[in-house]
Amino acid sequence: MNILVCVSKTPDTTAKVDFIGDAKKYNEEGKQFIMNPYDEWYALVRAMELKESNGGEVTIINVGPASNDPILRKGLAIGADKAIRVDAEDTDAFFVASQIAAYAVDNGFDLIFCGKETIDYNGSLVGSMVAELLNQPFISYASKMEYTDGTAIVNRDIEGGIEVLKLKTPFVLSAAKGLAEQRIPNMRGIMMAKRKPLDVIPAVDAGSGLSIEKFELPADKGSVKMVDPNDMDELVRLLHEEAKII
Amino acid sequence: MILVFAETKDGKLKKNAFELSSLASKIAAELSTQAVAVVVGACDQPQEIGKYGISKVFHYDNSSLNDFDDYAYRDVIIGLAEEIGAHLILLSHTAIGKALCGRLSVRYKADCISAINGLSVESGQIKYIKPVFSGKAFAHYSSSAERVVASLIPNSVSFSAGEGNAEVENRSDAVERSAVEIIKRDVISGTVPLPEAELVVSAGRGMKGPENWGIVDELADILGATTACSRPVSDTGWRPHHEHVGQTGIAIRPNLYIAIGISGAIQHLAGVNNSKVIVVINKDAEAPFFKAADYGVCGDLFEVVPKLTEAFKRFKAEN
Repeated sequence: MNILVCVSKTPDTTAKVDFIGDAKKYNEEGKQFIMNPYDEWYALVRAMELKESNGGEVTIINVGPASNDPILRKGLAIGADKAIRVDAEDTDAFFVASQIAAYAVDNGFDLIFCGKETIDYNGSLVGSMVAELLNQPFISYASKMEYTDGTAIVNRDIEGGIEVLKLKTPFVLSAAKGLAEQRIPNMRGIMMAKRKPLDVIPAVDAGSGLSIEKFELPADKGSVKMVDPNDMDELVRLLHEEAKII
Repeated sequence: MILVFAETKDGKLKKNAFELSSLASKIAAELSTQAVAVVVGACDQPQEIGKYGISKVFHYDNSSLNDFDDYAYRDVIIGLAEEIGAHLILLSHTAIGKALCGRLSVRYKADCISAINGLSVESGQIKYIKPVFSGKAFAHYSSSAERVVASLIPNSVSFSAGEGNAEVENRSDAVERSAVEIIKRDVISGTVPLPEAELVVSAGRGMKGPENWGIVDELADILGATTACSRPVSDTGWRPHHEHVGQTGIAIRPNLYIAIGISGAIQHLAGVNNSKVIVVINKDAEAPFFKAADYGVCGDLFEVVPKLTEAFKRFKAEN
């Protein structure tokens, strides 16, 4: 089976968040970038497991500039067979989804995986857009997936529990915690990754009318108010009278 | 025209459907247009949405629509949006909203802005405010497109019930579903699910073991709060996976988050820092969580938590 895994580049969770250019652009200067954790830990690793038990090929795809190549090399080191980079700025979810769908139409995949959301824009959109562009079912927030002979049983996380679904390939899935366990690339994987193909392809046209007018940081919380551990009535009073939430 | 997709659960309109309706009707008034709602599947009282400013609700009531299906729900919502000429389709950023939002925008040839926590009108144009970088910043979006699909994170805006019933238009045709089969649904009953909870009591490794959770449950019970936990606690199996809040787990935004014996790693904060008020109980005065808290109690949780439960009991008795 052939699986396409969509991978994003995001600032590391611990990276400072600040903006430049009239607060219109995230400041990438001096930041550490990583593969979006949901893409790497759950989507890519589950794709590798499926390949290992069913055969086939795992392709990873990213939309972005050449500075994203280390992210793709890491994906190859984890075990993907080849990498595709669509050479363009990833302006918004629709643009990214259109690139992925265009590549998928030309190449035919049994499954397309992405992470449940990216940790920078938290939009959770690319998977459902790709599914609609390809007219395929989409299973969001998958926390378990079993596969036999073209049929999958998938757990979808819903409010307060799970839904168990049965469907046939092809389909699109977004990966949540539980789908797989993180894998650390080993030295052999890292060496082999250097010889695996990383193809750069041009973008297709796809536009939107969206613009970010500005970013802003949340208002300072002010310092914490400490309460005497022996006076919990005081804490309850503060929550009632000052915070007014009970 | 604004179209609100009002979600139901067990045949009742959900709280986030009312939240969305209140926001939509306020924005519609500012734009001198109208907000209507669509309810898909069984619902006892669709007219109740009128209390939140919606004058008309389209109720698609057919057994083929009682369970969510992305093709069937797409076809109903887009069909209606085309019919009434909706400029804005609003959803809640719930499990269903996350499955549908991007799909609807592609089908409707609309711009898409998901996971917003506010909308406003400035000089006749809608502005969308969206938390980004896991709540560490906000982005202000605008769109020049004729059509927009947007989803609102539950528990983002305050609202209250007014008077009146909405006019209900029933539509009962069967709608074709996708080939995806629902085998079963396992949902915890009795408590409010974490993404929708207004009060959350959460505990971490400081609890020392799963056998000590009684004091957390007692505090949650007296408050009517939902319980949650940190990642190490769910990873070691002390508490179930569905209780894990944080970056890899569930992101929540309750009115009150009480964190017990949780140090406050940045990955945990990413999932909870949209809480309105945070109370941290920890014996380590250097715990990073205190920096993100509104109220802190530095002490032994095995003494502090039962005292807090007793204090809430006294408060409940007096109020």
